[in-house]
Amino acid sequence: MAETGTSAARSDAWGVWGGNPPRNRGRQPGELETDQLTIAGEQLPSRLILGTGGATSHAALEAAIRASGTGLVTVALRRLDPGAPSLLDVVERCGVRVLPNTAGCYTATEAVRLAHLAREAFDTAWVKLEVIGDEETLLPDAVELVTAAERLVEDGFTVLPYTTDDPIIAQRLADAGCAAVMPLGAPIGSGLGIRNPHNIALIRQKVTVPVILDAGIGTASDAALAMELGCDGVLLASAVTRAEHPARMAEAMRLAVDAGRLAHAAGRIPRRLYATASSPTGGLPW
Amino acid sequence: MQLVVNAVTADVDDAATIADVVRDLAGIAEPRGVAVALNGAVVPKASWAETRPADGDTIDVLTAVQGG
Repeated sequence: MAETGTSAARSDAWGVWGGNPPRNRGRQPGELETDQLTIAGEQLPSRLILGTGGATSHAALEAAIRASGTGLVTVALRRLDPGAPSLLDVVERCGVRVLPNTAGCYTATEAVRLAHLAREAFDTAWVKLEVIGDEETLLPDAVELVTAAERLVEDGFTVLPYTTDDPIIAQRLADAGCAAVMPLGAPIGSGLGIRNPHNIALIRQKVTVPVILDAGIGTASDAALAMELGCDGVLLASAVTRAEHPARMAEAMRLAVDAGRLAHAAGRIPRRLYATASSPTGGLPW
Repeated sequence: MQLVVNAVTADVDDAATIADVVRDLAGIAEPRGVAVALNGAVVPKASWAETRPADGDTIDVLTAVQGG
């Protein structure tokens, strides 16, 4: 693994970086393992989907994919550079599935065309549908997005649209037949976390398909919050690939997604204005 | 004939098929994870060997790169 600066104490505690930490301590064994994300009838081994964009090398990316525990990674489709090393070799070595995206498309027509090319290239009908409004914010163009989603669903695709945090648009996408909806927490690559947690919770309440928080994650607590809000999964790229130590952050994200999922299922205490003592109020010696 | 392959003008044999163009570009006959668009329209792999582009056509040969 390309990770550097790992302390001996850390290695002793958890074996080797990227190896599995003691997952079952303090809870019933198998709870997370049996609580799996299912999209379009297919079970995924992890609730974390890793974007591959931004990695400094294929070696760093491979280490991050392994440490993340993900079973699904996004890729983009671009003109072939015969001299470039194959990204699909990395994907194959890691034993993960490919989720092609339509990044770089600004209209429904472009996105539909790229999705069809991706289906031909990778032999998968799954697509992360992106239709971008402008290059400064990279925010989704909701109108073009819904149009593209409708067309691709009709063409037999399993559509996972990257969308705004607008519950109404999310509902429109679900109604169009999308297999999941993927609202943003904040603009792509911004690391700003979840700017409108209320809307994410509303989207989770509104649609019946899986909700994957996509874009804006900066660090592990953002991923945990997404899961605590009820999201079914998290898709992130830059937070891992552009971290100082990508594999270490990938492992942090894996743990955060698990922690957030458990916390959501555990039923948090209500927020109160005043303190509620947890120690007995009687029995003091005065 | 002249084709525009991945935005570069190329002189190719008049009898060349899409399969020939892909092989010349990629260096191998059937590269994995590759899709082809002829003048913007998808050409399925099964049709590469029979599809003959015309002079002036635009061909894009695409594959996976890192992307979120």
